[in-house]
Amino acid sequence: MSLTTEELEVLLLSLRVAFWSVLVSLPCAVAVAYVLARASFPGKTLFDAAVHLPLVLPPVVVGFFLLLLFGRRGPLGSILEQWFGIVVAFRWTGAALAAGIMGFPLMVRAIRLSFETIDRKLEAAASTLGAGWAGVFVTVTLPLALPGIITGVLLSFARSLGEFGATITFVSNIPGETRTLPLAIYTYTQTPAGDAAAMRLSVLAVLLSLAALYVSEVMVRRAARRVHGEDAVA
Amino acid sequence: MLSLDIERALGDFRLAVAFEAGDGVTALFGRSGAGKTSVVNAIAGILRPDRGRIDLNGETMFDAARGIDVPTPKRRVGYVFQEGRLFPHLSVRQNLNYAGLFSRGMPAREFDRVVELLGLRDLLDRRPGNLSGGEKQRVAIGRALLSSPRLLLLDEPLASLDAHRKNEVLQYVELIRDEVKVPIVYVSHAVEEVVRIADTVVLMSAGGVLAVGPAEDVMGRSDLRPGEGTFEGGAVIDAKVVEQDIEHDLAVLAFDGGTLTATNVDALIGEPVRVRIRARDVSIALERPQRISIQNVLEGKVAALGAERSGIVDVTIAVGPTVLRSRITARAAKQLDLVPGLEVYALVKAVSLDRRVGAG
Repeated sequence: MSLTTEELEVLLLSLRVAFWSVLVSLPCAVAVAYVLARASFPGKTLFDAAVHLPLVLPPVVVGFFLLLLFGRRGPLGSILEQWFGIVVAFRWTGAALAAGIMGFPLMVRAIRLSFETIDRKLEAAASTLGAGWAGVFVTVTLPLALPGIITGVLLSFARSLGEFGATITFVSNIPGETRTLPLAIYTYTQTPAGDAAAMRLSVLAVLLSLAALYVSEVMVRRAARRVHGEDAVA
Repeated sequence: MLSLDIERALGDFRLAVAFEAGDGVTALFGRSGAGKTSVVNAIAGILRPDRGRIDLNGETMFDAARGIDVPTPKRRVGYVFQEGRLFPHLSVRQNLNYAGLFSRGMPAREFDRVVELLGLRDLLDRRPGNLSGGEKQRVAIGRALLSSPRLLLLDEPLASLDAHRKNEVLQYVELIRDEVKVPIVYVSHAVEEVVRIADTVVLMSAGGVLAVGPAEDVMGRSDLRPGEGTFEGGAVIDAKVVEQDIEHDLAVLAFDGGTLTATNVDALIGEPVRVRIRARDVSIALERPQRISIQNVLEGKVAALGAERSGIVDVTIAVGPTVLRSRITARAAKQLDLVPGLEVYALVKAVSLDRRVGAG
């Protein structure tokens, strides 16, 4: 099975959207997860709920809000365009934004969980050896949270590849710009005699997901072995 | 030189401790729950006292009145924890060099010296997950030593080890004491450890200091100078009433290491009591005596022998983690061939109720 130019274009666009959505949301998710795992402040429950909102809202609603906020006339959209020259409405960058927001709660949950399981006594030990807050975070907290971070990245990556509702509402379904894999499959199913093409793309989606799962499983296992302090297996 | 005078409330527990520690090994000795770990945590800056001050080599680490609280990383206090706390994601070598990441490292010469001293050469490329308990503690000691400490804190470093490993690690601690010029504060509830390595002993109980002095004075003599209250002339034991035999007016008291029978205990079952056993009320036997009037026969080990004074010797006996004192004649000590480590039976003639804890 070799890919047609159009299929390749859809695949590469999907990967690009998912890659950037994960890359940009990762530092934010680590920060938010750390705050949720460690800090206590008034309004924390509300903050927690807000982070989880994309998980429970209909994706179309998220897409609609994004349209209002990030459209060229929207409050955030106009700031982005004037100050940074970035336009997200009806662009692939908008698809990445939508995918990143939909995957954000999944990423935060996985990373927060691993922060919460870290033995804080190890952090105290690091501080007696001269490490300040940032030093402890970089040399102890973050490495020990690695399995959770990898899991979070995979979940959010998979969520990005499959994102449909928010994307189509926010940036529409423009071939070559915002038509990612799910949107392309949807388009074919709406086209007479498009079933064969939809099937080819669906198989592609299955293979892609399997590959992502496999890679992350191997990485998590390797990271877990490190975190548990076992000697490397040759 | 460490000088400390601190107070801290921890729930119902109140810690109020003051002592000075010079060169060599200062042991914080007492039952578990006496507040020993809280003291070392305060020295390391992990626990913040409510009141008081902590000075290290003339530098103020903490002073509540002046609002000084040097953060942990800046105190340069090496800390060996009960459970080692090695970083599992780093190799032994990386663990040892960890302080170097934060400009607290030592020159390579020192690294080699510590590695040789603690016998870590073959472990350098291993990971903590595959080390034995004793090896872990040796690495933890090395890691603390290599962080340029002005003071080394060892918090029950042998607690999680079996008897054989205990001895092995204790030998390394002795080596450090003799070879490295760094004062050590050693926390323990085990008489044998303290007797073996301490120069100075700070005896702690219920959040306070009962006695401070040279190890042989605090550990080996029962007639501590007057004015040291309940500790004078014997052992003070915290126990709990587990049985009341009203018919015979007898109560059974459980303590850390065994049980005692006592008369006239005016306390309910479950109530904590503190009893005093005077040294002259304790005799020693090498075999368990049969058909004897004494009700309290406790199995223990000789922890230390005091100096002979006018034909009298005070013997410290460890019954589990609890310490008893016995005053016998020097001739009896010689006839029984008493040496530290010997298993003996302590015959307790009288148990007096010191006070009821809590109720006052």
